[in-house]
Amino acid sequence: MRRAVLAVAAAALVSMPTTAGAQRWEPTRPVQFVVPAGTGGGADQMARMIQGIVSKNNLMRQPMVVVNKAGGAGAEAFLEMKGARGNPHTIVITLSNLFTTPLATGIPFNWRDLTPVKMLALDEFVLWVNAEAPYTTVSAFLEAGRANRLRMGGTGSRQEDQIVTAAITKASGVPFTYIPYRGGGEVAVNLVGKHVEATVNNPIEAVTHWRSGTLRPLCVFDSRRLPVTDKMTETQAWSDIPTCRESGLDVEYLMLRGIFMAPGVTQAQVNFYIELLEKVRQTPDWQELMRQGAFNTTAISGPEFVTWLTREEERHRTLMTEAGFLAGR
Amino acid sequence: MDQFGLLMNGFAVALEPWNIVLMMIGIVLGVVIGVLPGLGGANGVAILLPLTFTLSPVSAIILLSCIYWGALFGGAITSILFNIPGEPWSVATTFDGYPMAQSGRAAEALTAAFTSSFVGAFVAIIMITFVAPLVAGFALRFGPPEFFAVMFLAFASFIGMGTGSPLKTLMATMAGFLLACVGLDSVTGSLRLTFGATELIRGFDFLVAVIGLFGIGEILTSIEEGLAFRGASARIDFSVVRRTWAELPRYWALSLRSSFIGCWMGVTPAGATPASFMSYGVARRMSKPGGTPFGKGRIEGVIAPETAAHAAGVSALLPMLALGVPGSPTAAVLLGGLMMWGLQPGPMLFVEQAEFVWGLIASMYIGNIVGLILVLIAVPWFAAILRVPFAVIAALILVICSIGAYTVNNAWFDVVVMLGFGALGYAMKKLDYPLAPLVLALVLGSRTEQAFRQSMLSSQGDLGVFWSNWLVGTIMTAGVVLLFWPVFSRVRGAIKVQLARRSG
Amino acid sequence: MSRRFSEISTRAAELGLAALFAAVAGLAIADSLRIGAGWSDDGPRSGYFPFWIGLILLLAALWQFASALGMRARDRTFATREELGRVASVFIPAAVHVAVMPVIGLYVASALLVAWFMTRIGDFRITIAALSGIATAVVAFIVFEIWFLVSLPKGPLETWLGY
Repeated sequence: MRRAVLAVAAAALVSMPTTAGAQRWEPTRPVQFVVPAGTGGGADQMARMIQGIVSKNNLMRQPMVVVNKAGGAGAEAFLEMKGARGNPHTIVITLSNLFTTPLATGIPFNWRDLTPVKMLALDEFVLWVNAEAPYTTVSAFLEAGRANRLRMGGTGSRQEDQIVTAAITKASGVPFTYIPYRGGGEVAVNLVGKHVEATVNNPIEAVTHWRSGTLRPLCVFDSRRLPVTDKMTETQAWSDIPTCRESGLDVEYLMLRGIFMAPGVTQAQVNFYIELLEKVRQTPDWQELMRQGAFNTTAISGPEFVTWLTREEERHRTLMTEAGFLAGR
Repeated sequence: MDQFGLLMNGFAVALEPWNIVLMMIGIVLGVVIGVLPGLGGANGVAILLPLTFTLSPVSAIILLSCIYWGALFGGAITSILFNIPGEPWSVATTFDGYPMAQSGRAAEALTAAFTSSFVGAFVAIIMITFVAPLVAGFALRFGPPEFFAVMFLAFASFIGMGTGSPLKTLMATMAGFLLACVGLDSVTGSLRLTFGATELIRGFDFLVAVIGLFGIGEILTSIEEGLAFRGASARIDFSVVRRTWAELPRYWALSLRSSFIGCWMGVTPAGATPASFMSYGVARRMSKPGGTPFGKGRIEGVIAPETAAHAAGVSALLPMLALGVPGSPTAAVLLGGLMMWGLQPGPMLFVEQAEFVWGLIASMYIGNIVGLILVLIAVPWFAAILRVPFAVIAALILVICSIGAYTVNNAWFDVVVMLGFGALGYAMKKLDYPLAPLVLALVLGSRTEQAFRQSMLSSQGDLGVFWSNWLVGTIMTAGVVLLFWPVFSRVRGAIKVQLARRSG
Repeated sequence: MSRRFSEISTRAAELGLAALFAAVAGLAIADSLRIGAGWSDDGPRSGYFPFWIGLILLLAALWQFASALGMRARDRTFATREELGRVASVFIPAAVHVAVMPVIGLYVASALLVAWFMTRIGDFRITIAALSGIATAVVAFIVFEIWFLVSLPKGPLETWLGY
């Protein structure tokens, strides 16, 4: 306990980025990599990708073990991380449920209960419709939504997809019926099968259907267009999809893919993982994943990351309060 | 004939000696994983995934998919020998498989289970080979109402199965549904029935409940009645495989029907678990009277669920490859594996990576044959496990059960829950409460509820959605018919009697 | 336990289990009402299914309870004292095994359980039992911890060994 307190104090003193000062540290037993979601989802795939890259390139002496703790939309995983104070051999990959789950369920957890390590990337959101649908622009789509209530499919409830949906409604005044599914792949297939009229799937979840000509992207919820310019279909590249804002729908949303550690770890321990993840980011495998999934490759750590988290938490609170998604207590 | 050429190419690759060796390693590992309830197929595949980077993509996927086959085969072993289903789709296998083992017919049950698995898988592979595009299109028609209809059909085909008191059957079913409700409500994202307890947030996992109810409950019942697993006198005898095989062709109609149910349920993303239950239920309904009753060690009760579960397990790979929707956690990890080799599952996979896809399909044929041979050779040894003294085997089962319950969520609390279910299972069994309906409701409950509520959301609360097109309407009607089948047959019987009287 | 106790009647067991089910159902109904058990415009609310399921279970359990009350106590035996003793001889060590798991770790607990069963229930000699227990733990450790990298609960012994 005393050591942990000292460590926190030391971390607070040194705080600023890394390398110099803190002595080196290395894991002495297998590192548990917690995924607060089920197998097969975006976070799980990314975690397993990192596990694969680490072992393929021998980036760490100890093995890395991926553990899924999907219970309660990640609530279980976060509460356990919170309880693992001072344990440097467990890290967690987070998605937006870092903010949304505590707000929606009222569990006693806040991201400040963890030690932020590094943002790996941000996942984009794209507004998709069936390729056979009559609307080819955002405004035509919203027009159709005004005339007839449309169904929006998404992953989970009161999580990122539903928040984006609520934000669209807020910005445009068009209501949607939100239908929650279990995973992004299922959502995309339900759109192909016309069981819903639109989705806000991440690029990687829907790309294959886009390429086979069954889905059509309308706009991307980012401040700028996606950077990938390779042709994905015969005519279009990711970079050809307009942003929602330039299409007259003022909604922006990006999802965190970041790594956290338990509270009360030393700065040297945090530094080890920052360096490890930086090495992972440099590998061709990782860059291929980023390209395939058209990720926003912003990667920050340290105080910059904390500022980002603070801002995002506030934004989620506002969005969720407006949409009425907060836990009734 | 282009596809045929690719398939032949695939066979050539799969039959390379090195790949055959990998297949055997994969199958053996898979069986080990399937036998230990703590290690699901997903674990095995996930853990070995990083190791496969040193292999070529085709070899790697052969290894991984063979672990998958091996785990499918292995799941039946603990179900039959110890009444502990390692995977949800092995539950129905315990109903008759375990009684068979108790009466000294363990080897026979294992042979039947493995062979049926093989038959089911083989039928499914043939279907994938020849009608893949057609079937993928069919899967797209399945939205929430259709999904609910399938679940309803699965329940309906199983209803009235219990031989015990209807009141107790009702109670067991409702208890299962209630347990399935605990935790996060996936439709509204709020917590329910958790009473503020952190440990209840994740709900009751099927595996934890089943290990307790079936596995621990069985040990408690056995020890109460004396100090042995009954029928522990299985001898190492290879001729039993031959004898069982001689008997199996008689059940060709059953196998065909079960394979059909399995393929159908695997393609609609309902999956192997409802397929196994539905197939068991239908087999029971349609079986000829006489012989050992179902639930007391009837061989059809092993053939039906195993065939269907494997047909479903294999055909579920089709929507995964063609649409990118994993049918099970294991399939999800395989899916992740594909992506790490830069293979994006989905409609384009068949177009752009045809060679890979057909290589995989070819390896399914070979892998299953290799697997069947391996597990059949091992049957007598598996059966001989029952000769280990009770004091040893009971302790080992307890240890394996706790490991299994722990690894589901890496939670100690689940081990405590498992023990609680063990005591409950003992009491329920002694008082003639049926356990199967409880487990069925627990396994399928939350997905059924979710499908129902998704349908209600999309139809704005209109129940007519379940008869809104021919597909969903047909399935629902079939479900209703099955539900009231006992009434129908009784009425028909009464009419027949009347007619007979009149004419006579 | 009093001296008069020699067996549990089926009646008592039926009553107990029915009461347990009724209690669980009651809890479920209460919590469902708290979160809303109605049918809103877009289908059932969170508590709708748990509420009705709970209600059916409650009614069925009460009916079962009532019919069990009608049974005569001496009719059938649920379990005799000896039978319960045998069940306890398995259940209590298993419960202890689970209870000490967070403290001493799963492997040590398992070794103890195997050894205990072999000496107490089987008639094995203490040395064989101890060796079997240790062998079980070591094999489990190799398979899970080293081979499949599944992390199971560990105690001071494993920490001392560097895991």
